Amino acid sequence: MSKIREINTKLNSKEISAVELTTIYLDNLEKTSSIIGSYISTTKKEALAKAKMVDAQIAKGEEIGLLAGVPMGIKDNISTTGIETTCGSKILAGYKPIYNATVVERLYAAGGIILGKCNMDEFAMGSSNENSAYGIVKNPWDLTRVPGGSSGGSAATVAAREVVFSLGSDTGGSIRQPAGFCGVVGMKPTYGRVSRYGLIAYASSLDQIGPMANSVEDCAIVHDIISGYDRLDSTSANMKATSTLAALTKDIKGLKIGIPKEYFQGDEKVLATIRKALAKYEELGAIVEETSLPNTEYALAAYYIIASAEASSNLARFDGVRYGARDGSKKDVTEMMSGTRDKFFGQEVKKRIMIGTYALSSGYYDAYYLKALKARTILKRDFDQAFAKYDVLITPIAPTLPFKLGENIKDSITMYLGDICTVTINLVGIPGITIPCGFADGLPVGMQILGKPFSEELLFNVAHSFEQNTNYNSFKPEVAINE
Amino acid sequence: MSITKDNVLHVAGLARLDLSQEEVARYEVELNDVLEFMEKLNELDTQGVEPTTHVLDISNVFRQDIVEASSDVEEILANAPDREDDYFKVPSIL
Repeated sequence: MSKIREINTKLNSKEISAVELTTIYLDNLEKTSSIIGSYISTTKKEALAKAKMVDAQIAKGEEIGLLAGVPMGIKDNISTTGIETTCGSKILAGYKPIYNATVVERLYAAGGIILGKCNMDEFAMGSSNENSAYGIVKNPWDLTRVPGGSSGGSAATVAAREVVFSLGSDTGGSIRQPAGFCGVVGMKPTYGRVSRYGLIAYASSLDQIGPMANSVEDCAIVHDIISGYDRLDSTSANMKATSTLAALTKDIKGLKIGIPKEYFQGDEKVLATIRKALAKYEELGAIVEETSLPNTEYALAAYYIIASAEASSNLARFDGVRYGARDGSKKDVTEMMSGTRDKFFGQEVKKRIMIGTYALSSGYYDAYYLKALKARTILKRDFDQAFAKYDVLITPIAPTLPFKLGENIKDSITMYLGDICTVTINLVGIPGITIPCGFADGLPVGMQILGKPFSEELLFNVAHSFEQNTNYNSFKPEVAINE
Repeated sequence: MSITKDNVLHVAGLARLDLSQEEVARYEVELNDVLEFMEKLNELDTQGVEPTTHVLDISNVFRQDIVEASSDVEEILANAPDREDDYFKVPSIL
């Protein structure tokens, strides 16, 4: 069920024009996003201008690409020329980048229509989208619950059918966990697969941009367009381009699936739904076996040290000098910087800057940061051993169903513990995809499929084979207007 | 290891955060909670283990030393909170 292909067919057969389609999407987005809080800004002018270009191409009889005329949302930490990019923070209020992120350049070149910049936890720090300076995001399936984070807006907008796909970024689960909570497909590619150029950095050795959509095929189409070598990102992997779309054969006979037991702790309703999905895989010809990633319990501590340390360094650039907000009341430059940062960063961001600065400071570096980097090596070995035996690993995306707004926000540790199924994947750099695999109490349950570095073709196919043999992605929340 | 108010003030200074008194008190508590949570790592034997700073096996990515066009000064300065001529303007440094 590819929405992208459906739109492509309608545009090519002139059943609808790109401007008409864009107008419908913009109108509906305006109605539902005000309920959900999915956007920080919308880009009607840019959207209509780009739709006109697509219509001109069609009128001239030119062949249009699959993404031409397709409405999309972009997370607000991904740079867009001339369009305000706030990272969910007051410190970047009014900031208009003077260049596009590489992923945005590629999507524009493919004819994608930007409808707006998606809401997010400030600087991508959060798991519930309650840390945005521009308001919380609500889960489209239950407006009293969180959509997950930090790409909460990107997930909610796809679930609510406001756009066909979106881009998120994933540092410790920020694509996959909200995709799971909102019942959509979300892919975090292998570190280095997608250029980070123009992604406002949180933790540079962990950050990766990826697509979110309502079907695996649509996610694969977007993945293939945004991935590939980019000389503007020095950590971009210089590898041959892949077509994950061509790899969607649905054949998974003999596939060896490992089930890491450490990830199967939490809400029994979630676990039962995942087990049912695993039975489906066995029915489709896969071999499912329990395995172990024995050092999993150390991952959260290692993650929060490394991510906070990198963040404290990356966020040093926000000093009120070159862009964004400034505390204009101070007479001395250091006071101005310290005042600006205290006034315009939110509480969670300041906390992580403090943790990271402490972990990197003289006398504590070895005890915290270096120790965490060594733990990272040990975690990597866990996965190397598991992938020597199994093609993929499958886990829940979170130990709980989407929780209530306000439920965990006061207790950082509880909030951090919810990231147990996702953070290790960034520490070891492997790809992971989340797909909806059922419902519990009317809320979506997400299943995470993990593979070796650069195994995106296999992951998309494993996800696709499940999706094509089930119907979980045919449901949509009541709030959604578009089909 | 436990964090004192002086530690909080020292780290806030390094991080250029002009914390309010209320924030100093709050971070003293919260940082201790988080660091206690991170003590978990001390259970892990890392003797002889090399640190992983980066997952990809690439290093020293260079490009040819060829002059290329860079961004427009006016465009850059349009985002600045304050400017004078072609410069960013800041309060006095002394």
